[in-house]
Formats: sequence, C-alpha cells, structure tokens
Amino acid sequence: MSIEWYVVLSALLFAIGASGILIRRSPIVILLCLELMLNAGNLALIAFSRMVGNEQGQIFALVVMVVAACEVVIGLGLIVAIFRRRLPLDVDALRELKG
Amino acid sequence: MEEVLFFAAALGALGGAVGVIAMRNPFYGVLALIVHLFSLAVLFLLLTSAFLAAAQVVVYAGAVMVLYVFVVAYVGGGEESAWEPIPGQRLLAPLLGLALVAELAIAVLASSLRALGSDGPDVAAGFGDPASIGTLLLEKFLIPFEASSILLLLAAVGAIVLAGRRREETA
Repeated sequence: MSIEWYVVLSALLFAIGASGILIRRSPIVILLCLELMLNAGNLALIAFSRMVGNEQGQIFALVVMVVAACEVVIGLGLIVAIFRRRLPLDVDALRELKG
Repeated sequence: MEEVLFFAAALGALGGAVGVIAMRNPFYGVLALIVHLFSLAVLFLLLTSAFLAAAQVVVYAGAVMVLYVFVVAYVGGGEESAWEPIPGQRLLAPLLGLALVAELAIAVLASSLRALGSDGPDVAAGFGDPASIGTLLLEKFLIPFEASSILLLLAAVGAIVLAGRRREETA
C-alpha cells in the first residue's frame, strides 16, 4: 500500500473528529472527538516516519500519546468536578466565562 | 494480503469514528472509540511500528478507555437536548467537515513529495521494535522523555485537585 492511502485516511479521520466537535454538545463526546483528531495526527506521523524510513517520527507519535493521556485525565477531572456541583453537562449551558 | 488488511482496518477505523459522533448515548460512543483504536493499531502494524501498536492497545484501549467507561458510568449518559443555540449548526458542521476533507485531499494529491506514492524504502527487520524505540528514547530524545514524565505527574496531581472531594463537602 502506498503511503498516500494512509495520509488520506488520516485526513478523513481528522475531519470526522473536527465535525464531531462542532456537532455534539456533551463534554464527554467532545473529549472523545479530540481523541479521534489526535489519533489521526498519530497515523499521519507514523505514515511519514515509514515514508522517510526513520523511526524518529514514531517517538513524536509516542509523545502525542502521552499528551493525549494527560488531556484525558484533566478533561475527565473537570467533568467529574462539574457533575459534583450539579451543573448541567452541556458546553452551551456552561457559558459563565463568555465575554 | 496487505491490501485486504488495510481496507479492513480502514473500514473499522472510519466506522468507529462515525460511531463516536453518531451515537446518542456516550457509553456506546466509548465502545465505538475502542473499535477505532484497535483498527488503528492494525494500521500501525502495517506501517512496521510494532511498539506503537502495542502501546496503542495497552495504553489507549486498556487504560484510557477504562477511565472513560468509569466516568460515563459515574456521570450517567444523558441524552442531548435538541435545542440549537446557533441556528443551522447541525447542518453547517458536516459541510465544514467536508470542506476540511477537500482541503486536505487537495494538499495530499497536489503535494510534490514524490515518495508519497511509494511504499516507503525497505527497512531493516528491527524497524520500530521496542529495542530501537527504547534506544532512541533514552539516547537521542532523553529530554523530551523526561519532560513528558513531568507532564504526566502534573496531570495526575491536577486531576486529584480537580476531582478530589473537598473538606467542606465531607463534613
């Protein structure tokens, strides 16, 4: 399979994740869509690392995985904190910081 | 054989991704994301990165998804209301997604990277295995490795501060 296929697949996955963030309003689903976008980026990084024949791109993908894990932990912590205060779990209802 | 595996895994990845944004119940969304992550691990294997495929399954499908399942079970998967704060948001968002696909497809197809159309160079047998990744991580990329460990520690402390029970709540 040529590398092009992998890159096009990663573009499709990224766009699906981005439109998911635009459509959905539950913060949990928005976090899931962020995962989709980060994983699409990982796929592109690994495809390019294979294209060049160099493993350094895979290290980059590994660091992206670490950052994604941190983002999940903080995001889920925020969701639990919002739920504890009995605020609605809807990103449009949580608009106190809106200017 | 490689083509069959690629298209099967690509279909799984796309189906899982569509499932995440289409499922009304977040619990099913998490399950769809697990299908997506397993398919991506197969694609990583096809790109000869065995260590990352294993890390994908162990870290994501194993640890991160368990965290999601726990939080969804704790918070409860509520249905989203049909109220639209921005008129036409449901219609506009897929159109913007399609525009993004078109833009990226043009960027890939019109790229002057000649190697994009190839299978990539022939690599040695140990390409992307744990030994070579570990050597790179501990020799050439030691500072990013240590920085990511500090980031993980900060995230763990931050999560405890955010989600931990407060004194006045327990009293």
